[in-house]
Amino acid sequence: MPETHAALQEQFEEMPQQKEAATLGMWAFLATEVLFFGAMFMTYLVYRQTYPWAFAEASHHTIVLFGTVNTAILLTSSLTMALAVHAARENNIKWLFRFLAITIFFALAFLAVKGFEYRQDLNEHLWPGPHFRPELPPQAQIFWVLYWIMTGVHAVHVTVGVCLLSTMAWMTSRRKFSDAYYTPVEMTGLYWHFVDIIWIYLYPLLYLIHRYSS
Amino acid sequence: MNSPNVPKKIYLRVWIALLALLLLTWGLAEINLGPFNNVAALGISITKMLLVVLIFMHGRYEKALTWIFIIGGVVWFLIMVDLTLSDYLTRGQVRDRNQSWRHLEQNPPTLQPNTNGEAAR
Repeated sequence: MPETHAALQEQFEEMPQQKEAATLGMWAFLATEVLFFGAMFMTYLVYRQTYPWAFAEASHHTIVLFGTVNTAILLTSSLTMALAVHAARENNIKWLFRFLAITIFFALAFLAVKGFEYRQDLNEHLWPGPHFRPELPPQAQIFWVLYWIMTGVHAVHVTVGVCLLSTMAWMTSRRKFSDAYYTPVEMTGLYWHFVDIIWIYLYPLLYLIHRYSS
Repeated sequence: MNSPNVPKKIYLRVWIALLALLLLTWGLAEINLGPFNNVAALGISITKMLLVVLIFMHGRYEKALTWIFIIGGVVWFLIMVDLTLSDYLTRGQVRDRNQSWRHLEQNPPTLQPNTNGEAAR
């Protein structure tokens, strides 16, 4: 007997089929995101192998403590996101809402730390252009262009994540979800974990080049 | 898809493993391992990604069709990396080893009439 639920769209037979289609669509979207960020990682790879010492020199000016703290914040937010989905599956709507709220808190904390970091980077003249730190080799500007673009685009993704998570929290408070229907929460989770994975790669590539020689 | 609800304990363990790997990446970056610094950084990042994809994103419970999509983006990215680096990493190498083209520099072939630029003038 097919399951029926208010959230079942007419083109689907039953809820599991609808969820399967949503999951497949989300992973297809994430594949396009891999290639979107992939082009930037590719650029990074080409310039780093062309100017390895300029990149090492430039990377020494990143603020490793901020980067490391932010990695820990994002990894922890991935945990609370997974726990939010877990709570939904157990029909624990109260904790679903709480874990979503905690995940939003961590996302905002990440953006706040990034903001302080950006301010310090700017104060240290690490914005490429005529006022770039003169003691650094000119190719170091390429590293810093990639730093601003890659962390900037990632921060935009985090911001989109905050919007999605807030929508999920609002829908949860409106009693839209239960253990019978929580697909949007799970899809938001997939997106959020993806944003975490991008940062997992950005962290060593931007902050940790040749640390031992600094 | 219709996977069992993974116990909370597993998520907590994965989180602890992720934080441990983060400290390991940071620590290893402070030590000179030569080329293995890059290997270690990349290896740890891939391990962290697999933990997130398999456990947090429930990848291990997805069926084959979904896995085609999960792997698809990565495979296409690696094709781009492969084709691009096969250009950039070999620039200057091919010509230096094979000098047989050099006579063309001294005696450029004039088999084809020059139809662009010179001829038009």
